[in-house]
Amino acid sequence: MIAAFIHRAVMQGVPLLFGATGEIVTEKSGNLNLGIPGVMYVGGISGVIGAFLYENSLADKSQANGFLAIMIPLVCCLLGSLLMGLIYSFLTTTLRANQNVTGLAITTFGVGLGNFFGGSLIKIVGADVPSITLSTTSKFFSASLPFADNLGWFGEIFLSYGFLAYLAVVIAIVTSLFLKKTRTGLNLRAVGENPATADAGGISVTKYKYLATCIGSMIAGMGGLYYVMDYVSGVWSNDGFGDRGWLAIALVIFTVWKPNFAIIGSILFGGLYIVHNYLNQFFPAIPVNMSTQELIKMAPYVVTVLVLIINSMRKKRENQPPEALGLPYFREDR
Amino acid sequence: MDNNIAVSLRHITKAFGSKVVANKDVSMDIHEGEILALLGENGSGKTTLMNMLSGIYRQDSGQIYVHGSEVHITSPKDAYDLGIGMIHQHFKLVDVFTATENVALGMDKKTTGSYKDLTKAITEICDRYGFDIDPKQKVYNMTVSQKQTLEIVKTLYRGANILILDEPTAVLTPQETDKLFAVLRNMKADGKSIIIITHKLNEVLAISDRVAILRKGEYIGDVLTSEATVQSLTEMMVGQKVELDIERPEVEDKQLRLTVDHLTCLDKYGVTALDDVSLEAYGGEILGIAGISGSGQKQLLEAIAGLQAAEAGASIQYINPDTGKREELIGKSVTQIKKLGVALSFVPEDRLGMGLVGAMGMADNMMLRSYKKGRSMFTDRKAPRELALKVKEELEVVTPGIQTPVRRLSGGNVQKVLVGREIASDPTVLMAAYAVRGLDINTSYTIYHLLNEEKKKGTAVIYVGEDLDVLLALCDRIAVLCDGKLNGIVDGRTATKEEVGELMTHLKGKEATA
Amino acid sequence: MAANTKETGKEPLFHIVKRTDLPMWKSWLIRIGAVVASLIICAVIIILLTGDNPIQIYGTMVKGAVGSPRRIWALLQGVAMLLCIALAVTPAFKMRFWNIGAEGQVLMGGLGATACMILFGKTLPAPLVLVLVIVVSIICGAVWGLIPAIFKAFWNTNETLFTLMMNYIAIQIVSYFTYIWSSNKGNNVINTINVDTHAGWLELPPSIDKYGYMLNVIIVGALTVLMYFYLKYSKQGYEISVVGESENTAKYAGINVKKVIIRTMIISGALCGVAGMLLVSGTDHTITPNTAGGRGFTAIMVSWLAKFNPLFMVLTSLLIVFMQKGAQEISTVFGLNNSFSDIITGIIIFFIIGSEFFINYSIKFRAKEVEAK
Repeated sequence: MIAAFIHRAVMQGVPLLFGATGEIVTEKSGNLNLGIPGVMYVGGISGVIGAFLYENSLADKSQANGFLAIMIPLVCCLLGSLLMGLIYSFLTTTLRANQNVTGLAITTFGVGLGNFFGGSLIKIVGADVPSITLSTTSKFFSASLPFADNLGWFGEIFLSYGFLAYLAVVIAIVTSLFLKKTRTGLNLRAVGENPATADAGGISVTKYKYLATCIGSMIAGMGGLYYVMDYVSGVWSNDGFGDRGWLAIALVIFTVWKPNFAIIGSILFGGLYIVHNYLNQFFPAIPVNMSTQELIKMAPYVVTVLVLIINSMRKKRENQPPEALGLPYFREDR
Repeated sequence: MDNNIAVSLRHITKAFGSKVVANKDVSMDIHEGEILALLGENGSGKTTLMNMLSGIYRQDSGQIYVHGSEVHITSPKDAYDLGIGMIHQHFKLVDVFTATENVALGMDKKTTGSYKDLTKAITEICDRYGFDIDPKQKVYNMTVSQKQTLEIVKTLYRGANILILDEPTAVLTPQETDKLFAVLRNMKADGKSIIIITHKLNEVLAISDRVAILRKGEYIGDVLTSEATVQSLTEMMVGQKVELDIERPEVEDKQLRLTVDHLTCLDKYGVTALDDVSLEAYGGEILGIAGISGSGQKQLLEAIAGLQAAEAGASIQYINPDTGKREELIGKSVTQIKKLGVALSFVPEDRLGMGLVGAMGMADNMMLRSYKKGRSMFTDRKAPRELALKVKEELEVVTPGIQTPVRRLSGGNVQKVLVGREIASDPTVLMAAYAVRGLDINTSYTIYHLLNEEKKKGTAVIYVGEDLDVLLALCDRIAVLCDGKLNGIVDGRTATKEEVGELMTHLKGKEATA
Repeated sequence: MAANTKETGKEPLFHIVKRTDLPMWKSWLIRIGAVVASLIICAVIIILLTGDNPIQIYGTMVKGAVGSPRRIWALLQGVAMLLCIALAVTPAFKMRFWNIGAEGQVLMGGLGATACMILFGKTLPAPLVLVLVIVVSIICGAVWGLIPAIFKAFWNTNETLFTLMMNYIAIQIVSYFTYIWSSNKGNNVINTINVDTHAGWLELPPSIDKYGYMLNVIIVGALTVLMYFYLKYSKQGYEISVVGESENTAKYAGINVKKVIIRTMIISGALCGVAGMLLVSGTDHTITPNTAGGRGFTAIMVSWLAKFNPLFMVLTSLLIVFMQKGAQEISTVFGLNNSFSDIITGIIIFFIIGSEFFINYSIKFRAKEVEAK
C-alpha cells in the first residue's frame, strides 16, 4: 500500500518536476515566466492534437506504430511550448515588456488555447462526455518498464512508469549538472544574477534569455504532455490540468532554484496532493473527510511560503532568487 | 616614448536623448606601453568615451581604429577580442560566484581549461604583478579593493593589452592606491597600454606618462606629464583661467547655529567613512567642506540631516535662533528633526535619485519636503504650484511647464528646481553638496548668488565642493576632510590653493603617502 | 598581436535608444494603433475559424456585449468587478510592490462575507448581518494583503512569489469551507445563502434594480473616483508615488518606507476584500473556489495597461470585458468553444504590452552610413 502511494505520488510529481525544471532554467536567465501554467496547457493540448491527428490517420488503430505514436505528439508538444516561449521572450527580452504582465497574459492565452482546442476536438468527435480519449497513443506513453509487475514493491516504486517520467528525472539531473558544472551554465546563471556583468564578459544576454526561456518552456510543456498522455491515460478534459502549473512555480521556490532537489520535492508535493486518499488507509483511527483534504492540498503552498520567508531572513546569498529576476536589461541604461 | 599607436579615436560623437551631448567630435590616440591619464571634471564625458571603446555604448558617429585598422565595437565581447578591457567604477562581478568563476565568465572551456587550470593561471598572474586574491573566495565576501583587484586580474587573464580604469582610486585607501599604482607600473613595463580616468591632479602627476584632457565632452589636447604642472593641467581642465568673480559679502553678526562633536559614521559596507569629526557652523557664514571625493562628505551631511546613523559618543546640536535652545539631532529621524523646529535644508549630491522625484513635475517636487503640512488628508496643491511658478521665474528654469517631469530637464535646470525648493523653505541651516557639479558657468553663478543671499539672511550655509578656486572664493571658512578625518579648518580669505590641496591629500602627523 | 588587428563584426543596421520626450498624444496613438492591430489579427483568426465576414462577426460581438438591457447590465457588472480589483492592486503597483495576490485577497474577502451570512444569517437581524459582512470581508482581504507586506517591509521577502502563493492558500481555504458549509454533505456546493431572509445581501429593491447589478456598479464607480483622488491628491497617495520612484528620495523626504508599504498593502487587500464582498453578498450569494474567476490576474493587466490611472482603467477594463463578452457570443453563435474569449484577450494584451516598447524606445537605423561604404 505504501508502494502504491509512492507510485501515485511520483505520477503526480512528474508534471511538477517538468514544470519546475523548465521554470528554473528560465528563471536562471532572469526571466520570471509566470506563463508556465499556460505553457504546460499548450504543451498538453499540442500533444493531444498530434495524437489525435495520428490516430485518425490510422485505418486500424491496432496497427499503430510505437515510434510514430510517441514522436508525433512529442514533437507537437515541443513545438507548441516553444512557440509560447518565443512569444514570452520576444515581448520581454526584445520589446522589454513587463515580465509579470506578459507572463500572466501567456497563462490566460495558453489555458484559453488549451481549452479551446480541447473543446473543439471534443466537438469534432461528438463524444457524450466532455472529454476526448486517445487510448491508442496513450498506451505507448504509459508503457512501464519490463519486469515491473514481477518485482513486487520494488517494481511498483521504481519501474512502473512511462518513459516520460524517467525522462523528467534525467532532465532534472542533467539540468542540475549543466548549471553547476558547465561554462554555459555558469554564463546562464551570470545572466540571471547580473546581466550587465555577463554582457561586459562577452556573453550575449539576449541569446541566453531567449534560449533559456524557450528550452525551459519546452521542458515545462512536456509536463503537460505527460499529464494527458500518461497520467490520465490520454483523456483530455478541459481544465483537467488544474493548478499544477502554479504548483510547479511553487516547487521552484521550495527547492531554492535547484533542479536536483526538485526531483525529491516533486514527489513530496505530488504526495501531498494525493495523501488524503491514503490517510484513511494509513491511519484508520483518524477520520479524514473531504474537507480536510483541501487543507492538506494547501500544504505545498504553505511550505513554499515558509521557505521563501526563511530564506529571506537568513539572507544566505546562495539561496536567494536570481538577483536580476523580473528585471528587463538594456545595456545603455544609466 | 614608444610611439606605436594602439588605439585611435576619430571624430567620436555620442548623445543621450536629444539634450545631453556627452562627447562631441573627439579624436585622440593611445600609445602602446604608456599610462595615459584621461583628465576632466565630472561630467566632461570621460567615462562615456571609454564606454564606447569597451563596447558598452555605441557612438552616434565617428570611427575607432585599433592597431591601425578600423573596428566596430558593438559589444563588450568585441572589445575583449581586440584586447581592450575596462574596469568600471561599479564593478562588473557576480556576487554569488567565486573569483575563479568570475574570471571564467563568458569564456570557452577550450581556452581556459578546467577550473583547476584557471585557478593556476590566476595565481600566476597574481604572482607576476603582485596581486593578492584568493581564487576560491566568493565575491560577496571581498573588500572593495579585492573586488577591484579581481577585475584587473580578469581583464589581464583575458589577454587585454589595453586597460581602462575608471576612477580606480575613488574607493581605495591611500595604501591601496599605492599598491595599485605599483601594479600599474608593472603592467606598463610589460608593454601594456593603460588609461586611467580621473579628475584628481595629484594622481595624474604621480602615475601617468601623458595626460589627455576632456572638457564638456570635447577633446582639449594632451601634454606629457613630465612637462605638466598642477596649474597647467587645471587650466586645460577648466578652460582658460577664469577670473572667479564670486562675491563674498561680510556678515558681522555671526551666531553659532550647529555643532558637530566626535562624529563617527560607517558607510554602507561597514567601513569607517567619517572618523571623529568635530566642527561648528555659524549663521551668516558659508562653511566650505573640501576633500577628495568619498572622504566622508556624504556621511557628514546625511548625519546632520538625520539620514545617517552615527556611532556612539557623537553629538550634533542645533541652536535655535529664536529661543537659543539646543536640540540634539543624533538618533532622530528626518520627521522628528523637522518637528523640533529645526529649519534645515539639504541639497543632496544625487539630485534625481534623492533630492527630487524624476517622474514628477516641478509642482509636485516642490512639496516633497513639506507635503505633510496641515491636518488635511489631502495635499495642498496651490502653494506648491505657486512656488513652482515662482522658482521657475526667479531662477529662470527652462521647462515646458511645471507639470513636465523634472527628469526631462537639463542638469542645470534640475539643480535650480532643487536649490529653489530648499531655499524657499526659509532655512536656518542650508547644506549643499556639489551644488554646481555639471552646471554651466551662468547657472553656477546663479547658485553662488543664492547661497550668498542665504548667508546674508543669517543662514548657516555648509557647502561641499570639489573646485578649490570656488571654495576659496566663496567660503568664509573651509573644513578639509582627508580619509574621513577633519584635517584642518582654514580661513577662505587667507588660505592658498596649495595649502588646501596639501590638507586634502596628506593627513597631518603622518608620513606623506604618495 | 595578429588576432587583435582583425575587423570586428559589421556595422550594425540599427541600434536602440531610450527616449523620454515622446508627447502624450503620440504615445496614446501608438497604444490605440496596437489595439486596432490586435483587432485585425483577431478578425483574421475568426475568419479562419468560421469563414464568415469579419464585419458581421464584430457585429455579433457588439450584439453579444450590449445587445439587450440584461447584457448591458451584465457587461457593466463584469466591468465593475474587474475594475474594482484593478483599483485595488493599483496603489501597490504604484509603489512598485508586485501584488499578484489579488485573486486570493478577493477570495478571502468573499469568504469573510460568506461566513457572516451563514453563521449569523439566522440569529442576527439582517441589517446587522450586512454590516458584519462588510466589515469582516474588508478585514479578511486586508489581512491577506498585510501578511506579505510585513515580510517585504522587514525582510525584503520577494513579494511577487509570496503573493502568488497566497492565492492558492486562499483557494484551498475556500475549498475547505465549501465542503464544511456545502448544502448537501459532500457535494461541495453552497446553495444560495439566506435565500428566504436575504440576510447579508447587498441589494437594491428589484423595482429599482431589475438585474441586481446596479448597486455593485454604483459602488465601484464611487471607488474609482475615490481612488483617483486618493492617488492624485492625498498625502498618502503622494507618499506612494515617492516610494515607488525611489526609496532614497522617500527617506530624504522623511517618509517611513516600511509604514507606507504596510499601509498601502492593507488598502490594496481591503479593496480586494470589497470586491469579494460585492461578488458574494452583492451578486452570487454563495462562494466557490472559482468566485474570483481569474479576475485577480486580469486586473493586474488592466491596471498596468492604464498606466495606473483609475480613470483610464475604466476604459481598459471595458475593453477587456467587452471583448470577452463579445467573444463568448461568437463562440455560441458560431459553435466555438467558450475559451475563445481568453485567446482574444491574450492577443490584445500581447499587442498592447508590445506597443510600450515603441513608446519608450526608438530605433535608429544606420542606413545612410551603410550606403556610404
